[in-house]
Amino acid sequence: MREIVVISGKGGTGKTSLTAAFAHLAQDKILCDLDVDAPDLHILLEPQTRRQGAFLSGNEAIIDPGLCQACGLCAEKCRFGAIQAVEGSFRVNASRCEGCKVCVALCPHQAIDFQDRLCGTWYQSETRFGPMVHAQLFPGQENSGRLVSLLKQQARELAQQKGIDLILSDGTPGIGCPVIASLSQATLALIVTEPTPSGLHDLKRIADLCEHFRIRTAVLINKWDLNLDHTEAIETLCAEKGYVPVGRLPHDIQVAQAMVQRKAVTELEENPFNLQVRQIWKTIESLLPNN
Amino acid sequence: MIVAIASGKGGTGKTTVSASLTAIWERPVVAVDLDVEEPNLHLFLKPELISTETVNLEVPVLEPSACTLCRACSELCQFKALAIFGKTLMVMPEMCHGCGGCFEVCPAEALKRGNRELGVMEIGHSRGQIPCLTGRLRVGESMSPPLMRHIRHRMAEMAKDMNADLIIDAPPGVSCPAMNAVQDSDVILLVTEPTPFGFHDFQLAWQAFAPLGKPMGVVVNRAGLGDDRAYAFCEAKGLPILAEIPYRREIAEHYAKGGLLAEMDSEMRWRFASLQEGLDRLNRGVSHA
Repeated sequence: MREIVVISGKGGTGKTSLTAAFAHLAQDKILCDLDVDAPDLHILLEPQTRRQGAFLSGNEAIIDPGLCQACGLCAEKCRFGAIQAVEGSFRVNASRCEGCKVCVALCPHQAIDFQDRLCGTWYQSETRFGPMVHAQLFPGQENSGRLVSLLKQQARELAQQKGIDLILSDGTPGIGCPVIASLSQATLALIVTEPTPSGLHDLKRIADLCEHFRIRTAVLINKWDLNLDHTEAIETLCAEKGYVPVGRLPHDIQVAQAMVQRKAVTELEENPFNLQVRQIWKTIESLLPNN
Repeated sequence: MIVAIASGKGGTGKTTVSASLTAIWERPVVAVDLDVEEPNLHLFLKPELISTETVNLEVPVLEPSACTLCRACSELCQFKALAIFGKTLMVMPEMCHGCGGCFEVCPAEALKRGNRELGVMEIGHSRGQIPCLTGRLRVGESMSPPLMRHIRHRMAEMAKDMNADLIIDAPPGVSCPAMNAVQDSDVILLVTEPTPFGFHDFQLAWQAFAPLGKPMGVVVNRAGLGDDRAYAFCEAKGLPILAEIPYRREIAEHYAKGGLLAEMDSEMRWRFASLQEGLDRLNRGVSHA
């Protein structure tokens, strides 16, 4: 199975707009939006849901005020500051509860319940570019890494059922838990960066993370014409570190215009910008192993 | 006043707004970068580094000779950091969330207290006297909330000691790291862009943060790009738009050079000064100008 994961470190470099274009250009593939926290790919792909399910992950502690003797041991032992004294009893602040069960195990009065936590919804859908697996974590919820792993698993199963050997995934910004989960078993990490101080700084960290997990890394410089010095610095970094440069794209308002029309930028009338996107996709495809 | 600058979508201009607000702020202020996965505020405030401190998480270390294989710890651990394979207890410190439960339940004192490095906390001074506090997650570390908790503890001390306001640059998204970053704030400033992606994630951010009951204001960045649904949403929800930053190529180029937007020209400076006034009004409980 060949898996391309599009990531960036810094947010807003153009991951999702470019993933949509590659989704348009790629032949048989499963699409996957691994940005479960603030997913946007569905806005361009307008998926029709075929199956969906609840994402339950972890638990949360709930104190029964009828059983609580207000000894305060739970609040003392909670390392997440999630338990506060309220009106002669104690209460768990759900947004701070880590689900570690320490309070449940130590409560001398068995006054704390440990309930399943409903964190989000996953979807398997059809789009005009092919099957898509995506999800929405409920706002403010955690365990996004586990939801990313679940989506990857579903995408692989779907690919096997349909005899497809390419998964194209849109990733999430940052270098933490959901990004690490998204890189698991990836064939190629495609980093979309921009020639700004933040773009360059964040590229170094995300590329280090890919190296840490020994994943082949390709770099696409978006909005390259905003600053030539930074563009050249990024290209020098790629040469030194062995990241494959797949091309430069200029800053172009077409990307936003296509977004407003709910289209991939390659679905607009043929023009110099989207021809470059096509060329870049060919380069990316050439980096993949042949089946 | 503690202001958290957040957004759902990444790259809408949180750091741009945080850096410029810090530069024009009229009272003592500490700039705090809580986007520990990809901290960028220092790239614009360019602080002179004063101290770097390693931040650790307390994790268990096995004393094999003392372990009786009673399973108390492995049955409690919710994060698969402790497991019994055959006749050995395996400890996987990278899975540990630092709850301390295993130390509590071990009857044999077979678990000693060790550390896993989460990252570093950096303190510097920008422009002579503005303290900058940054958390920087170690590359390969997956959990940002424990490092963020450490930075939050420190920022509270600094605000108290210096009688200063705090400007917090939050991470993108609306899950645990973003929630962690806005928990302590008096006012949340949402930075959005009027595009379909920006609007979608802006609504998610509003859904995530509104239950906290804190006053919220909005900065519309790249105004003129895309569509205008963000404006209608703000009006419907009573969210005051405290500043707009127009979509102009020269602004993007100024940012790409590492420049502070508030210092680009006098008009931009005025926009940020009026943003501070808007935040002060929100904090005093006056929601509209």
